[in-house]
Amino acid sequence: MEDIIVRMVGRISVPFIQVYGFYVILHGHLTPGGSFSGGAILGSSMILFALAFNLERGHKKLTHEASTLLECGGASWFAILGLVGVYAGVNFLANQAAGFYMGIPNTLVSAGAIPLITLGLGLKVASTVVTLFYSLAEVEGDSHD
Amino acid sequence: MRLVLTLIFLLMISLVLVATVAEMPTFGDIENPTNNEVPQRYIEGAVEETGAVNVIASIIIDYRAFDTLGEATVLFVAIAAAMATLKGH
Repeated sequence: MEDIIVRMVGRISVPFIQVYGFYVILHGHLTPGGSFSGGAILGSSMILFALAFNLERGHKKLTHEASTLLECGGASWFAILGLVGVYAGVNFLANQAAGFYMGIPNTLVSAGAIPLITLGLGLKVASTVVTLFYSLAEVEGDSHD
Repeated sequence: MRLVLTLIFLLMISLVLVATVAEMPTFGDIENPTNNEVPQRYIEGAVEETGAVNVIASIIIDYRAFDTLGEATVLFVAIAAAMATLKGH
């Protein structure tokens, strides 16, 4: 689809949507939202880019290797942060008891492991949404050839 | 014939569902069975125990982090299955 209006609006709005997605992810422990909703916003911005331009250019922004790394890395990062608790001698996935920096509540650097887990999980959700979109779009494209 | 059977079957299912919804406790009622010591503990102790002012984030990523780890695994398996089905032919 080559449409000048869609392309210009997409080019202008994609950075703002991505900043908003990162805001929702990074403020997951302070404001409503979090990893799943922020990741969905981030993923849909990439889908908007691919729809406004074309699938090839969109796929170059987030290649198959990068999304593989994000998928496996996000889940492993969660489990590794859980194992920190086991290393510290308390429960799996412990937060305060595992000695994470708690900080002052209602500031950006607080709540121990929660922002770290939210960041990893948010990137994973974004990558999942984008990968699913490209898988379906490419299969659709193949059948028309 | 098949349409009539389907309609009767759907009507029976919807009757059961509507009866279940009608029996549900009123939203926000103080006498509800869900209003017990568990949400009380979350509301009173979440900020102190987890440091997160968003109580929902503290529940899903601290108190019930194991459940969320399972959820991340479900996402991972779902995308792996989708890739295997769509790309593997």
